[in-house]
Amino acid sequence: MFLGPSLGLSAILFSLGVAGVLLRRNAIVLFMCIELMLNAVNLTFVALGQLYGANAYVMVFFVMTVAAAEAVVGLAIILGVFRHRQSVDLQNINLLQG
Amino acid sequence: MTHFIYYLFATVAVLSAALCIVQRNPVNAALWLVSTMFSLAAIYVLLDAHFIAAIQVLVYAGAVMVLFLFVIMLLNLGHARSDIRGPFSIAATVVITGLLGAELLALVRYTPARLAAEVSQAASLSDPSVVFAAGEVTRQEAAAHGVIGVVAAPMFQVYLIPFEIASLLLLAAIVGAVVLAKRKV
Repeated sequence: MFLGPSLGLSAILFSLGVAGVLLRRNAIVLFMCIELMLNAVNLTFVALGQLYGANAYVMVFFVMTVAAAEAVVGLAIILGVFRHRQSVDLQNINLLQG
Repeated sequence: MTHFIYYLFATVAVLSAALCIVQRNPVNAALWLVSTMFSLAAIYVLLDAHFIAAIQVLVYAGAVMVLFLFVIMLLNLGHARSDIRGPFSIAATVVITGLLGAELLALVRYTPARLAAEVSQAASLSDPSVVFAAGEVTRQEAAAHGVIGVVAAPMFQVYLIPFEIASLLLLAAIVGAVVLAKRKV
């Protein structure tokens, strides 16, 4: 039920996430767009899980774990960068540039 | 009725996501993202994944987004100026996203029968319940073992090692966050 529409919705959400990453310079909004993309993938897992069984739900659980860990470490890095630069604008963050 | 609710929440999810990426204020963007996640939780319920829906609300809409809001307010980014890139980047974004979206949207044509035909490599459309043994069984298992039992059984039997690795990952994330965020020793 709703397999096609769910895959389409997840495609739209993933594309919007990619658009956000390409469009914004604010590092925190960038992280939110990455969360949006992870959510789109989760929707694909759940939609296909109706056919493949509950193993797909375990994958969703792991994706959520990784997303939470990524958010925590990423935000800690943003905090550290903000202390040095007083900004979260990606244009000002070129510390690793040669 | 179910179709109406599904498409209502799907529309809300897409609109909130679109608003999330164009909002200048990061707090507004975060709140629109919460709206997207709530809509996705409702869609998970319609897709018979009740436990995942509950986790979605608790972990994503609750914990992760509160963390984002905490950091936004800690850094006092509430009244930032526009950070959307220039016209060239906007054009590139539209082109890249349009191509990617059009490619992915081809998935809309998938039906369970077609998926079953492709997986089994049968010539004609076959019965999905034959190819995917789990198929509708997921719903029956949920009725028999409860919605949590359906997820817990594979997680603690088949996926026990990945589960332990995930807990190690979370530990590493906690330690890493503390080390990164604290000031000089």
